[in-house]
Amino acid sequence: MAITGLIFVGFILAHMYGNLMIFAGEEAFDEYAEHLRELLTPMLPYGGALWILRIVLLASLVGHAYAAFALWSRAGKARKSRYAVSGVAKSLFVSKAMRWGGVALLLFLVFHILHFTTNTIQINGDFDSPAARLVSSFEVWWAVGIYTLAVLALGMHLLHGVWGAGMTLGLNTSIAAAERLRIAAVLIAVVTVVGFLLPPFAILFGIIP
Amino acid sequence: MKLTLKIWRQGGPSADGEMVTYPIEGVSEDMSFLEMLDVLNEELIAKGEEPVAFDSDCREGICGMCGLVINGQAHGPEVTTTCQLHMRSFSDGDEISIEPWRAEAFPVLKDLCVDRTSFDRIIQAGGYISANTGAAPDAAATLVPKDDADRAFMGAECIGCGACVAACPNASGMLFMGAKVTHLGELPQGQPERYARVVSMVDQHDAEGFGGCTNLGECSRACPKGIPLNVISQMNRDLQRAKLGKH
Repeated sequence: MAITGLIFVGFILAHMYGNLMIFAGEEAFDEYAEHLRELLTPMLPYGGALWILRIVLLASLVGHAYAAFALWSRAGKARKSRYAVSGVAKSLFVSKAMRWGGVALLLFLVFHILHFTTNTIQINGDFDSPAARLVSSFEVWWAVGIYTLAVLALGMHLLHGVWGAGMTLGLNTSIAAAERLRIAAVLIAVVTVVGFLLPPFAILFGIIP
Repeated sequence: MKLTLKIWRQGGPSADGEMVTYPIEGVSEDMSFLEMLDVLNEELIAKGEEPVAFDSDCREGICGMCGLVINGQAHGPEVTTTCQLHMRSFSDGDEISIEPWRAEAFPVLKDLCVDRTSFDRIIQAGGYISANTGAAPDAAATLVPKDDADRAFMGAECIGCGACVAACPNASGMLFMGAKVTHLGELPQGQPERYARVVSMVDQHDAEGFGGCTNLGECSRACPKGIPLNVISQMNRDLQRAKLGKH
């Protein structure tokens, strides 16, 4: 769970960097998208590197979800009779939202791929250029709304997820290490949320034409 | 004080249980929680009813025998054991629910008593050191750095009460196990069996039917000895090293 999660963290940061290319102009963004497909050619066929990445990500997703559901079902078997009075909730909301938050993110992922990757869901017109697709979609307020909710859910998932990954990998072995881990989790979550929300809001408010 | 108690009554391991309401009067705020239950039991016996079964031993907060889920919290509202919880933590007229630890690895024996021998089996699997017995060794024969000694002692403070399991939404016993792994792993005497220990203990923990850890920290917050969550991370690190053969 920790290792597949950290693969996603790496992917998400790279994805965010790619999104921010829109601030360099539509041409730069399209060029970046094209370069992703040309990555490592001619050693790999056109789009080969991208497909390798997709396979790694899909395998990570299967591993991550399998581990999550295994833990979930193990928890159910470990306590079959529930408490009559449930405890005073002390854990952070973000920590308790990992399971249903993860399922929500999975549903968003399906929507996101249908929207931007396969172009099955078209919002505000059909364009061949990835940049034009991005800009036209985020001129629609409810599209920005959906993506904002998803990015906030992702930030919440990261807040607990990065912390939990550090715990599982044995990085928290002192009070100081726990602090470093918490700071890393908050930093990654904040950078992700801000980095992903900048392009859609810049488009919505007309900063990017 | 006048209180309304809602207590889990269960005739035996396979009997169905239910919450039963008992009003109680004349409770002093200086009574410990268990003394308050003693008073209730005397009243029940006087009326010819079955007293409420609950575990206790030292009543000094050091043996780990007592343990009740009070108003949904393991050991109640204070960070202490149930025996060291006093009635001044409650108010006149309160309704207090009292339940046993709930986990499949801690089956209910009767009322509020649970069987925690699964913890004993985890200790038997690896929570020990092998040493020649005989005359006590010279005190300075094995030097231990102060920081290591402090961390070992922090782990050794675990009294094995099981509040961590009771409070964990996954019913995991990892804080208990992590405390023992850290306690012995920080000391020179614990080194020879360090990596075999963690593998055996984790295997036994999983075989007993405890849940897995999702790093929520409810265990540490419920722990009457304040054992920090980082002992679980220590255990994970030792387990990885054991599995990867890096030792």
